[in-house]
Amino acid sequence: MKMTLRIWRQKNSNAVGKLESYVIDGVTQEMSFLEMLDVLNEDLTAKGIDPVAFDSDCREGICGMCGVVINGVPHGRGETTYQTTTCQLHMREFRDGDTITIEPWKAEPFPVLRDLVVDRSAFDRIIQAGGYISAPTGTAPDAHATPVNKADADIAFDNAVCIGCGACVAACPNGSAMLFTAAKVSHLGLLPQGQPERWTRVLGMVDAHDDEGFGNCTNIGECTAVCPKGIPLESISRLNRDLLTGLRKVK
Amino acid sequence: MVLYLLAHMYGNLKIIAGPEAFNHYAHYLRVILEPLLPESGLLWIIRVVLLVAVLIHIYCGMTLWARDRKAVGGGTRYAVKKNVQRTGASFTMRWGGIAIALFVIFHLFNFTFKAGDRTQTPTIANTAGNYDLMYRLSTGEMVPNAYQMVHNSFEQWWLVLIYFLALIAVGLHLRHGVWSAFATLGANTSPNVRRNWNIVAWIVLLVIVVGFMVPPVAILLGVI
Amino acid sequence: MTETISPDADALYTEGDSLRDDTAPAAPHIKDKWSEWKASAKLVNPANRRKIKVIIVGTGLAGGAAAATLGEQGYQVESFCYQDSPRRAHSIAAQGGINAAKNYRNDGDSVHRLFYDTVKGGDYRSRETNVYRLAEVSANIIDQCVAQGVPFAREYGGLLDNRSFGGVQVSRTFYARGQTGQQLLIGAYQALERQIAAGTVTMHTRHEMLELILVEGRARGIVTRDMVSGKIQSHIADAVVLASGGYSNVFFLSTSAVGANATAAWRAHRKGAYFGNPCYTQIHPTCIPVHGEHQSKLTLMSESLRNDGRIWVPKRAEDCDKDPNTIPEEDRDYYLERIYPSFGNLVPRDIASRQAKNMCDEGRGVGPEVAGQGRRGVYLDFAEAIQRLGRKAVEAKYGNLFDMYAQITAEDPYTSPMRIYPAVHYTMGGLWVDYELMSNLDGLFVAGEANFADQGANRLGASALMQGLADGYFVLPSTLPNYLAKVGHSEVAADHPEVVAAEQEVRDRVTKLLSIKGSRTVDSIHKELGHIMWEYCGMERTEEGLRKAIGMIRDLREVFWNDVNVTGEAEELNQALERAGRVADFLELGELMCIDALHRRESCGGHFRAESQTPDGEALRHDDQFLYSAAWEFGGAGKPVLHKEPLEYHYIELKQRDYK
Repeated sequence: MKMTLRIWRQKNSNAVGKLESYVIDGVTQEMSFLEMLDVLNEDLTAKGIDPVAFDSDCREGICGMCGVVINGVPHGRGETTYQTTTCQLHMREFRDGDTITIEPWKAEPFPVLRDLVVDRSAFDRIIQAGGYISAPTGTAPDAHATPVNKADADIAFDNAVCIGCGACVAACPNGSAMLFTAAKVSHLGLLPQGQPERWTRVLGMVDAHDDEGFGNCTNIGECTAVCPKGIPLESISRLNRDLLTGLRKVK
Repeated sequence: MVLYLLAHMYGNLKIIAGPEAFNHYAHYLRVILEPLLPESGLLWIIRVVLLVAVLIHIYCGMTLWARDRKAVGGGTRYAVKKNVQRTGASFTMRWGGIAIALFVIFHLFNFTFKAGDRTQTPTIANTAGNYDLMYRLSTGEMVPNAYQMVHNSFEQWWLVLIYFLALIAVGLHLRHGVWSAFATLGANTSPNVRRNWNIVAWIVLLVIVVGFMVPPVAILLGVI
Repeated sequence: MTETISPDADALYTEGDSLRDDTAPAAPHIKDKWSEWKASAKLVNPANRRKIKVIIVGTGLAGGAAAATLGEQGYQVESFCYQDSPRRAHSIAAQGGINAAKNYRNDGDSVHRLFYDTVKGGDYRSRETNVYRLAEVSANIIDQCVAQGVPFAREYGGLLDNRSFGGVQVSRTFYARGQTGQQLLIGAYQALERQIAAGTVTMHTRHEMLELILVEGRARGIVTRDMVSGKIQSHIADAVVLASGGYSNVFFLSTSAVGANATAAWRAHRKGAYFGNPCYTQIHPTCIPVHGEHQSKLTLMSESLRNDGRIWVPKRAEDCDKDPNTIPEEDRDYYLERIYPSFGNLVPRDIASRQAKNMCDEGRGVGPEVAGQGRRGVYLDFAEAIQRLGRKAVEAKYGNLFDMYAQITAEDPYTSPMRIYPAVHYTMGGLWVDYELMSNLDGLFVAGEANFADQGANRLGASALMQGLADGYFVLPSTLPNYLAKVGHSEVAADHPEVVAAEQEVRDRVTKLLSIKGSRTVDSIHKELGHIMWEYCGMERTEEGLRKAIGMIRDLREVFWNDVNVTGEAEELNQALERAGRVADFLELGELMCIDALHRRESCGGHFRAESQTPDGEALRHDDQFLYSAAWEFGGAGKPVLHKEPLEYHYIELKQRDYK
């Protein structure tokens, strides 16, 4: 297949970026989207053009490192593939002659470092503000000391699968990271081990979220629609419930 | 504010029952709870509460808008942007909100202030022969003729159109706003509940739009 | 390209003094060794810990857990990773589970049995003392993780669920759906972020270690390149820990992350750290087969699939291109059940992999033809399981794996059998360490997959997560302070000649790589190296093939250093430059792997020498000659030097592995 790629090129975070067009030939159906970019880069290198910088690591949809906006949808979307990571999108979702526009995540707290690479360290700082259970090594009781209701454990798990890729922010018209924050608040807040820090956690994380400059949630739901792990929108409502209680309980 | 709208709509629908009922209602609004409150007392309380609520609502909306614009870097964000599942209504919150604000001001000039002008210094003498301005209730009491004022207005098709467009804006604002408000308060607890809140939001949209549009359309078509 | 055939194996290396690890205490029984060691370990006063600095490279299970725990203890920790966040380390991709001798199933498990299974699974090529300790602390790991909020699978009673895994007959594997590695890593990551917030750990993301700094023979720091700005900088500490993972990517195609590399370990090796058993690599049996020339990585599906899935190929080669659903039961060969009736589809990984290769070599492979290799795939069939358990139950257990398969191959595993083929997955070899996890270089500790100690010649399923966390949470936080108590804190000036020299080496190398401006891309050379390694140092190795490979790798190295094209500049985000440095190191490591494989003229675990097999084709060890770990010293421009560490088994009887 032959395709035209319009790719965001930006030298560094201070430079002004713009879309450049490249034509790529020999794309096959089984290739993943990132493998297609690998082929493009081999081609660009041979022509003496700087290859396109993009992040990726595990390439099996779990590390959360990859992520670009493909034709206006974070991580892209095909007829049979949706709620995926970029690395798990395959070229069989595209047709010969297609034009594909590829842009980085864009949000104020995610500055572009180069081309399609952005800085997502803001997420780490939100976790630092309370996204953990304080359990220093060596202090743990036996794993069976506290049984956990299976239903709670399952919902906690559904939220714990967040890979921190940032697609929710990239998709949110408000640039909000509430889905990411809510996933962690839900994961830890639903487990008995997470109860002692439940209220301070939610207050700390929401404060950190706002301080990083993320926008606010207006329940539009684009985040959950592109989330590769399907973190549900109701997690945000759960965060809000905890926040209301937290505001009351924590002085 | 949503409750106010519903009450307002209920009042409007009285117009179908004819001038007697509608004018009695309009008058009743002014004398309600008398002598506990002075004339128009409750009306003024509602007006102040509403005004404060609207101002807070606008302030919050603007603050949110400013923060969100900053968060996405302002201006054009993506060269290509496709929406995956968001509702049309969710697009209308900001511009729709502004449109609604402008409409409310127009609406106040059109009815409330006009009615105010005519009723602030009414005397029996200068209004006795004017059927347009005053209305004699079956109890014999003379009250301002709000029925006729509304009737006169909605005989003009363009005014009905303006109202219709404004109500669509209000409806969409509520369609997303009602569900979103409950979700933000923590009421979105599962996909099923989410669906139900969205149904509630749709019902509010339909009730408000249809309920408010019945009188103008009926007047325009000459049914009443 | 010319192919030079290497001379006799023994001419490729020289042999040095043998090696002994005497750091494990001489307790009367192996079960007392670790407690005795801990009881006599030296401690550091809390007030002094604040002054002591430790560098930890890598933020996977071993590195992340160690950084968090040492931070909690009050040391100043400097943590480094090449990814944009410590949460992305490749431990995250482990699916199946983590072993622990909890005996929650009451099925006869014990520390001793886990120890025994691990040594046997490793084909008797691991160090008894280390493995025993691993089994001993395994139970604490589960406790620790549950306390951190790791959402392990639970039963309706609220207690933890277990499943069984390849190579063992008890249910001791704890799991979190098919994402156990992710959940464990997120647990460690959260503990790490907590320490970053507390100020005990300083995190350096997007930093790559490019050199080890030795001062008067002691590891005192590292030189890193900031991958965003390109800035080269040295970091000084009182001890250095490498937890930088394995070297599977020497094969180009593997289940590793595409960024995973051996540079940190290889740079340390070049500075004198011994590399242990580099030829021990694990080929995992249940991976999705290669689909094309441009493939960048292979995807593994959890071995847990073998619990309910049945592996087969057609009995007749002419059935291989038929729709599998049309092949009747009597024409299918469930070869693992046929050859190994007692373990069936649950034989250890090395055996399952090699048998898949054998079936394909016999011409009974399935799936599309791979250029020059015939069909490379076997069926993994869930039809029987779906019939027995119902589709719903299968979906609950394996749903995410099935989805992954469907997403990659566009085929539906619920209606037709999956195709699988072995792929490089893990490297048991790594930097040589003693009982205290310190390499032969003073002050250089190595943990997790980066070291060589615990897995022997083959790793059992669900043991990598166990080892990473055992090293990170429990072993290093005991052994490192013992070392630090002895050496205390001391300063090294930034302009110390050895620091300046190390920094200069890094700069020179970067300049050299950027100046070649040849015609070959880094990836094309890496792929070529991968082909050589997979062909000659993969699932089956021969004397002749390995010699040929060594010659080819040497030639390829020449090509690299004369004709590679690294675009861009040094002081910017330059991914071509990052890859070039890693491939340069793989080109040296690959040769050492082949030399090690050539010198070990026996088959054991993942190392299968065609010349050494039993009459029915199983791996044949030669304990009389090779009951040792091979620790290789970097030979500089000359030959590598082999140091043998004899393996002593006092508690386990050496047997030929038998899973029949």
